[in-house]
Order: sequence, then structure tokens, then C-alpha cells
Amino acid sequence: MKTMISRLALAGVLLASTAFTLNAAQALEGTLTVVTSYPPDTTTTFKNAFEKKYPGVKVEMLKKKTTAGIKYLQETASANKSDLFWASAPDAFEVLKGDSLLAKYDVKVKGIPEKVGSFPINDPDGYYKGFAASGYGIMWNTRYLKAKKLPVATEWSDLKKPVYFGHVGMSAPSRSGTTHLTVETVIQGMGWDKGWAEWKAIAGNFKTVTARSFGVPDGVNSGQFGLGIVIDFFGLSSKASGFPVDFAYPKVTTLVPANISIVKNAPNREAAAAFIEFLLSTQGQELLLDPKIMRLPVNPKTYAKAPAGFPNPFKDSSIGSAVKFDLGLSKGRYNVVNSLFDVMITYRLNELREATRALQEAKAAMAGKNNPKAAALIKEAQALIDALPITEAKASEKDFASIFKKKRKKATTKITGRQAEVEGEWDDMVKANYAKATKLANEAKSLL
Amino acid sequence: MSVLSKSQRGPALAGVLIALFLILFLVVPVLKVIYVAFQDANTGAFTIINFADFFSSSLFRESFYNSVYVAGMSVVIATLIALPLSYFTTRFNFSGAVLIQTLGIIPLIMPPFVGAVAMKLLFGSNGSVNLILDEWFGINIPFMEGLNGVILVQSIHYFPFILINLSAALNNIDRAMEESAQNLGSHGMRLFRKVVFPLAMPGYIAGAALVFIKVFDDLGTPLLLDVNKMLAPQAYLRISSIGISDPMGYVISVILIVFSLLSLWVSLAAMRGKDYATVQKGGGGLAKRDLRPWEKFGCYAVVIFILVLVLSPHLGLMLLSFGTIWSYSILPDAYTFDHYIKVIGSASQYITNTLLYAGLAALFDVILGTAIAYIVWRTKLVGRKWLDYGATMALAVPGVVLGIGYLRTFYQFDVPLVNEPLATWWVIIVIALTIRRLPYALRACVAAIQQVSIMLEESAENLGATKRRTVWRIVIPLMSGGILAGFITSFATASVELSATIMLVARESDAPLAFGIYEFMQSAAGRGPGAALGMIAVVIVGLGTYFSHKVIERTEKKRSAARPVNEEA
Repeated sequence: MKTMISRLALAGVLLASTAFTLNAAQALEGTLTVVTSYPPDTTTTFKNAFEKKYPGVKVEMLKKKTTAGIKYLQETASANKSDLFWASAPDAFEVLKGDSLLAKYDVKVKGIPEKVGSFPINDPDGYYKGFAASGYGIMWNTRYLKAKKLPVATEWSDLKKPVYFGHVGMSAPSRSGTTHLTVETVIQGMGWDKGWAEWKAIAGNFKTVTARSFGVPDGVNSGQFGLGIVIDFFGLSSKASGFPVDFAYPKVTTLVPANISIVKNAPNREAAAAFIEFLLSTQGQELLLDPKIMRLPVNPKTYAKAPAGFPNPFKDSSIGSAVKFDLGLSKGRYNVVNSLFDVMITYRLNELREATRALQEAKAAMAGKNNPKAAALIKEAQALIDALPITEAKASEKDFASIFKKKRKKATTKITGRQAEVEGEWDDMVKANYAKATKLANEAKSLL
Repeated sequence: MSVLSKSQRGPALAGVLIALFLILFLVVPVLKVIYVAFQDANTGAFTIINFADFFSSSLFRESFYNSVYVAGMSVVIATLIALPLSYFTTRFNFSGAVLIQTLGIIPLIMPPFVGAVAMKLLFGSNGSVNLILDEWFGINIPFMEGLNGVILVQSIHYFPFILINLSAALNNIDRAMEESAQNLGSHGMRLFRKVVFPLAMPGYIAGAALVFIKVFDDLGTPLLLDVNKMLAPQAYLRISSIGISDPMGYVISVILIVFSLLSLWVSLAAMRGKDYATVQKGGGGLAKRDLRPWEKFGCYAVVIFILVLVLSPHLGLMLLSFGTIWSYSILPDAYTFDHYIKVIGSASQYITNTLLYAGLAALFDVILGTAIAYIVWRTKLVGRKWLDYGATMALAVPGVVLGIGYLRTFYQFDVPLVNEPLATWWVIIVIALTIRRLPYALRACVAAIQQVSIMLEESAENLGATKRRTVWRIVIPLMSGGILAGFITSFATASVELSATIMLVARESDAPLAFGIYEFMQSAAGRGPGAALGMIAVVIVGLGTYFSHKVIERTEKKRSAARPVNEEA
């Protein structure tokens, strides 16, 4: 009798436990709310696949621009209704982490390496997880280049060449976290002065600085300008969608992970965790290779399924490892770099272009001639364009950088100067320099 | 209550309710956001130093100048577009006048960002027109470069404001005025310049002021054309990239609000002391006359040229929605229905939401607009002008600011029975649209009431009608043209609004069309489907507009058919 009972009990326990495990796999239900910056091509693909796997869960993709998404989570934190934040720029996650709006999570999936290029894939503190990698490069419209008889550019330095005057587009680093990373990478790779000079020489050839990061691939796809500085998946997915465009990584680029994190006090934490696991699973990683998505998976094994010619950062060590990226240095002067770029390039693009054109023409006229006076004028004009309002040391100075801080400081910290005031001074200097450089370059040209 | 006479009690109550509504859903949320402009960024103390920074920065001064220039030029171009269309269709027997009036309104019902995308493809430096010009003549005209592009897109987008208001005003002019002028020997241009146009002035000024303020504050178009040296983009870029506590974005918002109120005041001052009302109603507007054949030809040529120009964004959008790949070529490579098939599933929900939100918002707008117009022009209530100013101020509030303000103010407030914060309930979108579009409806209603002579109401009251009966039977029917114009403007523009809704849509199932289009347009593969969704929006709102015009025309006809009997009786 006893054995009978214990057997029954055992059977009961077994039954209960199988029922329990079955439940764990399928009992997930409710509405999973994902705040995301991704386009519907990406979100619906993942939503459909996830809902198929977990029929009880309905996924709501709440589309916000990254900055708007941050603001939305901040404003709604008191009665949070969102489960996941899913976006590209790691610094967006840093902001939310700083406001303690994210929850920690340990990933169960195995096989994801520590780093991609020289960048760690997951947040070292355990809050957000990388699910794909992306790096900046150059994308070009093949019809445009052919019609205007322009060569293909594959390195940043190519874009400085006078042939590209008025043919290049880029987004401002203050508008997009990944653009910022590209700007910072070049500056770190070449040094403060040379790096900025490089950016201004490239920017002198700009047709436009777009306000949205998608404005760049859009402009290249439609042929508004020929070449664009874009994040890889914009270039790769445009190509996969059939546009006459192509994409290449220059030597100096940084690969960064695109991320996902559970929001603090998420109403459906279980389902949110399941979504992260799904994203990192073999199935989820393979979805990234969908022609409309085209992002670099973080699981090296997935690349076996990639189309021919698809870049593989885990094999091709030249992608994203030329620069040892110093995250601390970048973080310390983040807003100063954005602000400098806007003051010197975004808002004074016409003046910069005019100066660049005059200088390019003077240099062309100078070719093969010997005229010391004109040479001196050209040199002076170049120096005026390259001049920076502040030194590298000043940009990282704590007191100075904190003028540009996004959040209000404690009332006790004394800060002298306001961002608008400092920017006004920079602007006056930059504007005068560009005007004088234009004048000198034109003078030089008239001498030749 | 003894202060108020009995007839003033109803309007006073309505006025107080409207004022409360405006304070709760406009003033408080905006103040919650813009007080940052008066804060020391470091200490949080009160200061006006931020305004000093604004005026000492040459970048901001240039932005200010550019904004004024662009807004002014847009009014000029929009007038050039709207004047012939409204004059020809109200003045002459012109077949297809309804069609022209409807097509003329269609530009409003395209989300500005979609219009800019299409215009770039057609008129950009490597767009269709310039590719053709380059091939044939080797020239390139910078239609879309810098400020030119903003002016072109804005005047094409907003000229319907002038068209609608001016047409309503022309239709309301008493034929007797024109006939008297003709009897006195005036005709042709002189008649138009000296009599017709001045009498239509309230409508024109109402439309022109709207265009000016709207362009002055508009964010989407300059941003899409990558023009950032203007005030609204500067405010937006600073708020969204530097952060919520940077004061300059809010300083600019304050300046936008102040300047908009100023231009409104100027437009009111310009009309002060003039009486535009005409007594004899039911005259059915200007005498319509038949055109001689060569005149007809000229008119048609002008009208067709203008319509082709103003409908070019739609043409571009249509090509985009049917085209496969359109890149650096005059026309798309091939055509397909795929984009429509792709969006047809998701479209119905977007459409239902849009019709619901925009319909409700426009309805509330004309109710509020009529009430405010009546209170301001027909009562002596203390502070009545402030209702007008307050409602109009909504024009100057950037949508993003209103959205953030709503989140801040109403997130803590749970709606009873729904158990959801007001800030994430779909009704908040309707409220935001009502507030944002109220100025449009209000200007139309004000223009309408200014043309109704107060003598008609006095006669009704002398004949024993109560105040309420007078309002219902005399004032509102006589204002109906203006009210309907207000409804159409509010509805059409609310259905494509994006800037405030983008902050307030809390779940996909609540999203309106413009939101869906914006989502699609953010990826390379989504441009075609986004355009398809845009076409669906244009067709639906366009049909709505067309049928409301039909309805007005029918009622007008009924009225004029009934009139001769009345006159003889």
C-alpha cells in the first residue's frame, strides 16, 4: 500500500512537473510592449517569428526615434508599461542605465563572444545586451557616379578630393549616436587637430548635413547626392532592396553592438526575457540576414548562412579593429565633440563650402607653378579653416565639459559659462575664419 | 450674477468652460515645458540671461531672419497660387469649380514630410525636372536648394489656407455691392482691386496670417530638406540633441510664441475700424458670368498650370507608390502593385484611427471656434479677446512641446473607468489634435462672423426672437460656409499631423496614418509601401473633402432656389 501511494505520488509529481515545464514553454502570455527605434521591416519580421513561437504572447512594437524613446521611458517611469527597449546606439542605453530605468538580465544562450572588433558586445554591468553589430562606412549610388564620371571612394581620405565637391552627405553626430562614434573614431585615430582637419576637409565637399540619420541613405538611394557616410545596414539593406548602390568599410571604423534591454519594473518580465533569448538564438540571429534587415549577427556561427560577399567581422580582422577605441576619452568629451561639429560644420556648412571651394580652386591653379606669395596665402587660408576654438586638453577638462552636460548639475557645483554663450563665441570665430580663408584663397588664385 | 444681463449668462458660461479647457490642455502643459527658458541651467534659479544669449548669437539672429524671410515669401507665393484659383471659381461660371476647389485643398492633406520627399524626387538638383533640363539644355535650376526649397514646399502645402478662406469670403460678398460699383462705371481690374478684393479682406488676412504663422513655426519641412538655420529646427535640434534641460530650445519656443501672437495682433490691427459685413444676405456671392472663349482658354491655362504645380507632390508620391526602384532617373525603372498589397492589411486600422481622431477633433474645433468667435465679436464679456489669443497661441506651440507637456501633466492622472493614465489613452490624441487645429477653425469662424451684419441679428431680436433662437436660426446658418471651411481645414490637417502624435501614441493599435507612413519611410525597403499608404490617405481625405463640398453646394443651391419666392413674397 505504501509503495502504491509513493508510486502514485511519484507519478503525480512527474505529471505535475511535465505539466509545469510545458507551461513554462507555452504559458507565456500577455502583451509584450517593446519601445524600439527600428523600422517595420525589422520589427514585424521579429514580431511574427516570436509570436509564432509563443502563441500566447502578443507583441506591441512601439516605434519611437531613439531620443524620443528615451524621453518616453523617462516620462512614463512612474507607472511603467513598457517591457523592452530595443535600439542601436549604446549611449542611449547608457543614459537610461544612468537614470536606473533598466533591469539587469543574465543571458542563457551560449556561443556569443566577448567582443566584436574592439568593442565589448554586452554591457559590462549586465543591463543591456548586444544582438547585432554595426559599423560606419561609405555608401554610393552607382548610377550617380557613372553619370557624373566620379570614381568610387572607399576610404575617408578619398572623400576630401576636390572631385567630390557637392556630392557627399552625412548626418550630424548630435543627431545619431553611431555617427558620433564615427567622428570620434577618426579623431582618435588621427589625433585631435588632424582628425578635425580631416572632417572639415570632407565636410567642405558635403552637399548637405541631414537632420535624420536615415536622410543619408535616402539621399543616396534617390540620387540627391552620390556618396554618403552611413551605418552598414542602411547601405546593405538598400542594396538588398534593389537600389543601384553599394557599400564599403574604410580601414578606420568602429564596430558597435546594437542592443536590447529589459525596462525596470517591466509588467511582463518573463516574456521580455524570452524575447531577448529568442533574439540571440540561432533562429533569431539568422533573421538578421533577411535582405530587408542585413545586420551583422553577434553569433559567429550564423555567418555560415550569410550571402556571398557579406562582411564577417569575426573572420576579417581588418573590419573595425584599426583603432583602439578609448571609450572613456569619448565619454568625457561626448557633448563637446557634438557641439563643435555642429558649430563648425552643420550650421556653417555654406561658409565652409565656400572656403573649401576657393581653396580647392587656388590649389588647382597652383599645381606645377612656383609662386611663394600665393603659396603662403594658401597655407594661411588652410590654417584658418583648420583652426579649432579649443584644444584637446580643454575639451576633456571636467569643468569645461560639464557646461555641455545634458542634465542639470546639483545646485552646489559651481559652473561658469553657459553652453549657448560658449557656442556663440565659437561661432563668431569660425564664421570670421571661414570668411577670411575664402578671401585669402581667392587672392591666391588671382595671383596665379 | 447681477453684473451680467440675462442674455449674457449663456455666453459667459460657455466662455468660462472654454477658458478652463484651454488652460488645462494648452497653458498648463506648455508652461510645464517652457519654464526651462527662464531657468539658470546650472542653478535652476530664475533668470533672463538665456534671452540675452539668444540675441547675442549670430547663428540665432540669422535663423530668426531666415524664418521671417521664408514665412513672408511663402505668403507671397501662396497668394499668387490661391488668388487666381479662388477668383476664377467664385467669379465665373466655370465647369469643374468644385473639382478645382477640392483639388486645391488636397495639398493640405499630405503629411509635410511626405510632400518634401516627393518634391525632392521631382524638383531636387538630381530630380526628374532637373535631369530633363540637364539633358535638353544643360542647365540645373536650384528649386529645392536651401531656403528656396522650404518656400516652394511650404507655399504649395499651405496655400489652401488662403484659398479656402478667400473663397468663403468672396462667396459671402453681397452682389449688390458689385452691382452698385458697376452701375457707377467700375469694372475689370479696377472693380476687383477697389471693391471685390477689399470686401474679401477678412478672409484673405485670415488665410495669410495662418500661412505666415504656420510656416514660421513649421518644423517638419525644413528638417526634411536639411535646412537647419531657421528658428523651429534650431529649437527642435537643441531640445532633442542637447537635452531637455538645455534652455535655448525653450527660449526659441517662447520667441516663436511671442512672434506669432505679434503677427496675429498686426493682422487684427490692420482690419480694425473697418466694417466688412454686408447686410443683404442670401445674395449668393458675386454675380457669376460666362466667359468668352478666349478668356476661357486663358483661365483654363492658368488653372491647369497651377494645379499641375500644386499637385506635383501627389504625382511624385503616386509614382513612388507604384514604382519599383526610382534612383537618379526621370521616372521609376518599372511599375508594380506590390507596395499596395504589402500595406493593405495594416491600412484599415490606421484609416479607422485617423478618421476617428481627425473627425472628432475637427468637430470639437468648429464647436469651440464658433463659440469663441461669437463671444469675441458679439458680446462684451470682460477678457473675451483672451479666448481668441489663447486659442490662437496653440499655433505657435511646437507639437513636440505640446506632446512632452501632456506626458508631464497627465501621466499621473488615471482616467476613471478606463484605468489608464490620460496621457496614454487614445482620447489624449484627439485633445492634442483639437488644440493644435483649433486656430484654423477659429480663424475661419471669425472671418465668417465678421461678414455677418449685426443688423440682421438685431432685426431678428426686434421681431421677438430670443438670443438663443437668433444664434441658432440666423448667426450659425449665415456662418455655415465659414464653419464648414473650418471643419475641412481642421479635419484635413489633423489627419496628417505627426509632431504631437508621435509623442503620444502609446500602442501600435492606436496609431494614425501619418504615424504609419513615417514608420515605413524610415527604411530603404519601406519607401514604396510608405508612399502607397500616403496615397491611400490622400484619396480618403480627398473624397471626404469632395463630398463636403458637394453638400455645401447642394444647400447653397437649395437656398438660392428658394430665394426668388421669398423675395417676391
